[in-house]
Amino acid sequence: MLFSESVFSARFGITRQDLESYLAEALSQGGDYADLYFEYLLTSSISIDESMVKSATQGVSMGVGVRVISGERTGYAYSDDLSPDKIRKAANVAAHIAAAPAKVEKFDLNEGRRHNLYPVITAPTETAFRERVDLVKRADHAARAADPRIFQVQAVYADNLRQVMVATSDGTLSLDRQPLARLSVSALARQNGGAPQRGHSGGGGRIGLDYFLNEKTPEQFAAEAAREAIAMLDAVDAPAGEMTVVLGPGWPGILLHEAVGHGLEADFNRKGVSAFSGRVGQKVASELCTVIDDGTIGNRRGSLNVDDEGQPTRRNVLIENGILRGYLQDKLSSTLLKTESTGSGRRESYAHIPMPRMTNTFMLAGESDPDDIIRSVPKGMYCRNFGGGQVDITSGNFVFSASESYLIEDGKLTRPVRNATLIGNGPEALKYVSMVGNDLKLDEGIGTCGKEGQSVPVGVGIPTIKIDKMTVGGRA
Amino acid sequence: MDNHLAELARDIVRQALNGGATDAECTISEGEEFSSNVRMREVENIKEAGSRGAGLRILIGKRTGSSYTSDLSRDGVDRMVKSAIELADLTTEDPHAGLPDPDEFGSVTGDLQLYSPGVAALDTGTKIETARRAECAALDFDPRISNSDGSSFDNYVGRHVFANSREFIGEYRSSYCSLSTSPVAKDGESMERDYWYTMSRSFDGLEAPEHVGKTAAARALRRLNATKVDTQKVPVIFEPRTARSLLDHIYEAVHGMSIYRHESFLAGRIGERVASESVSVVDDGTMPGLFGTSPFDDEGVPSRRTVVIERGVLKSYLLNTYAARKLGLKTTGNASRGLTGNAGIGHGNLYFEGGVQSPERIVAGVRNGFYVTELMGFGVNIVTGDYSRGAAGLWIRDGEVAFAVSEVTIAGNLIEMLQTIEAVGSDLEFRGSVAAPTIKIGEMTVGGR
Repeated sequence: MLFSESVFSARFGITRQDLESYLAEALSQGGDYADLYFEYLLTSSISIDESMVKSATQGVSMGVGVRVISGERTGYAYSDDLSPDKIRKAANVAAHIAAAPAKVEKFDLNEGRRHNLYPVITAPTETAFRERVDLVKRADHAARAADPRIFQVQAVYADNLRQVMVATSDGTLSLDRQPLARLSVSALARQNGGAPQRGHSGGGGRIGLDYFLNEKTPEQFAAEAAREAIAMLDAVDAPAGEMTVVLGPGWPGILLHEAVGHGLEADFNRKGVSAFSGRVGQKVASELCTVIDDGTIGNRRGSLNVDDEGQPTRRNVLIENGILRGYLQDKLSSTLLKTESTGSGRRESYAHIPMPRMTNTFMLAGESDPDDIIRSVPKGMYCRNFGGGQVDITSGNFVFSASESYLIEDGKLTRPVRNATLIGNGPEALKYVSMVGNDLKLDEGIGTCGKEGQSVPVGVGIPTIKIDKMTVGGRA
Repeated sequence: MDNHLAELARDIVRQALNGGATDAECTISEGEEFSSNVRMREVENIKEAGSRGAGLRILIGKRTGSSYTSDLSRDGVDRMVKSAIELADLTTEDPHAGLPDPDEFGSVTGDLQLYSPGVAALDTGTKIETARRAECAALDFDPRISNSDGSSFDNYVGRHVFANSREFIGEYRSSYCSLSTSPVAKDGESMERDYWYTMSRSFDGLEAPEHVGKTAAARALRRLNATKVDTQKVPVIFEPRTARSLLDHIYEAVHGMSIYRHESFLAGRIGERVASESVSVVDDGTMPGLFGTSPFDDEGVPSRRTVVIERGVLKSYLLNTYAARKLGLKTTGNASRGLTGNAGIGHGNLYFEGGVQSPERIVAGVRNGFYVTELMGFGVNIVTGDYSRGAAGLWIRDGEVAFAVSEVTIAGNLIEMLQTIEAVGSDLEFRGSVAAPTIKIGEMTVGGR
């Protein structure tokens, strides 16, 4: 997207000279660096419940955030009004917060080269609403038709189109148009008047609406949600204690996000509060493990052409054959650590200060046949699907909750087990990875990551892996 | 009353009716936020800004459409109204949709003490100094407190307006201040972080920064050198900070939407014994100065006190108008919404009524058990009651703290857990809108080695 075609220029009449003068205002009290983050966000969502489309919502929010950095100190102010006097006022507030001896003298804004990872001509948000309503109706219908034991279905479709513009005092001007869409389906099953069980499914990405019409249809998501709910009807109590755990491919990659991803964000390491602080070059996983954070995969939910500080995203190796290689850096941390940004500076919106975040985090495929992995386990647990997870950065302890898992007995999957939380310690857990499958799969595109109150879309992925020792929180 | 915002809300409702809506309701919020962080005794960041936004829900007969905007210019409002009306055309006719019955509207009278004018007037220096004092108290508490994840002081002052096409219009101002600090304790290879915080509608209502810092430091220190224990079944004590999560689960389980969809282990159980006799749970949206208090809910119905569980017996669900109609009941004044979408359900001040035993006596009565100070993850299934979460805390031997525990799980099922609550402490204290005293559960599975 060119500056002149952006909503900020076309609708709000903002010029390059304006941007330069706002940056000058932001640095008028001194400071090492300033940036402006303009955002114009359109959102839509539709939900169906009891086969009725009960809610359809559209909205718009917009604003600009002004940041001034002076040493380790950050001043931030924002405005939801894009008129020149309001932007200038925000710049002035941020300037005074980070006041310091003047350092920056001059800047010329240049549009850099960048990726084109989601060449979606018409974003889902720009299509006729009626077509999108059909998606939830189709999901509802298909989930109910899947099995007579399904008695409740909810489906939510949500999309947004975010237009952003970042202007920095080091001279970059970055524009991006970021479409995002997701369909999720939840189904409840019951048999013979017993207790109900729930199944979930969903997916999407930075895609056009045709994705849901051709590649991954509402019927496919609905069938998966219904299948999980039905499978769980026969679930027995999960076991408790340390055992061998096999993770299936795809969404179980949330293990990596919790166990190592957060602990490798540079802000925590710069402050020395992460269990991974000072461990670059050390062995933190078995040599079978190579973990990547890649913001450049086409159409993925966690991908971005430029991060929220205007830097092009990259493919970053976090762990290579078990050795810790580096951290995820934003501008502030990389400046203070005298290294370069890894394109990992992200923020929830114009009202938030950016910080280092993950994009799409996954483990590279290994050589084992997934069936051989399961066959190698005399007794253990196989986890196919998960809910959310959480980590304590400092102790390194993390949890993630299995929503669909099975007992492994004599190398075979036997009975489904009820929900159980798995717990481990980040720098230790991956040392017990003894087999890595050849079946790397990225998740369907449903992840949202929270950190310090800010939510951003992310992706994960993993091949089938075997972990020789992990604590399972069942009760049997 | 700020005539400008109230007038705007009324105008938006009128505009929606003129555009073809048969009913409409509009929410407008505006506020000013400030946040500051201090780390290792130096200012790290300061954020300051004001924002506003409007949300609209309209009905055309029994169809609903909704929209929101942060652009309150004439153009922005026109677009929002047009958008909601267009969307109503695409939703399904729902016999239970609609505004509350006319006799339901109203507002709690009297001063609910939600707003303290002093908060807006606080100067930046005082706020930063408050955060710094809390962190310094933590850093100076013990040589093993060698690092910090920072200390923050935040405050907010805002105004909330709600108007609908049945002539209801209400408005209130609110304010808050909060202070928190999270020190890092280190001893050899062991590194642990904990935090403590205080929040209040007024600056004077905050706990002293030194108290916040020392409490946080003591909490981080007692976690050091934690070990994993063997897998076993033992009594589990939740300290007040973790016991609150049990209320979060009860709230989800009595949430009207979960009830009519049969996706709660408490659905259809009104009048039944669902917890031990020592358990009473109340939701009260009218307690002055607290964080779950408001004069009216997000449908214009007065906030009130609802007994949810009385001496172990389930007495009431928490409902908005829609869920109430689905269930053939009356709203409990618990409608809640952001700017967007249909009204959902929220809680007021939700708490366990305090018992008679002091927390010390509860701990003293345990021969071998687990005192939980930290919970992790989302392993609770409200449909089935299955409960499995990561935990850390202190091991209790013969009524005394023996050692710190981490990297374990606790598991059970909420249906049984509530029935086997053996003790409810006398230490009920409000810190936010959900409050619990110390709670002891007879037996759960601790998953470890």
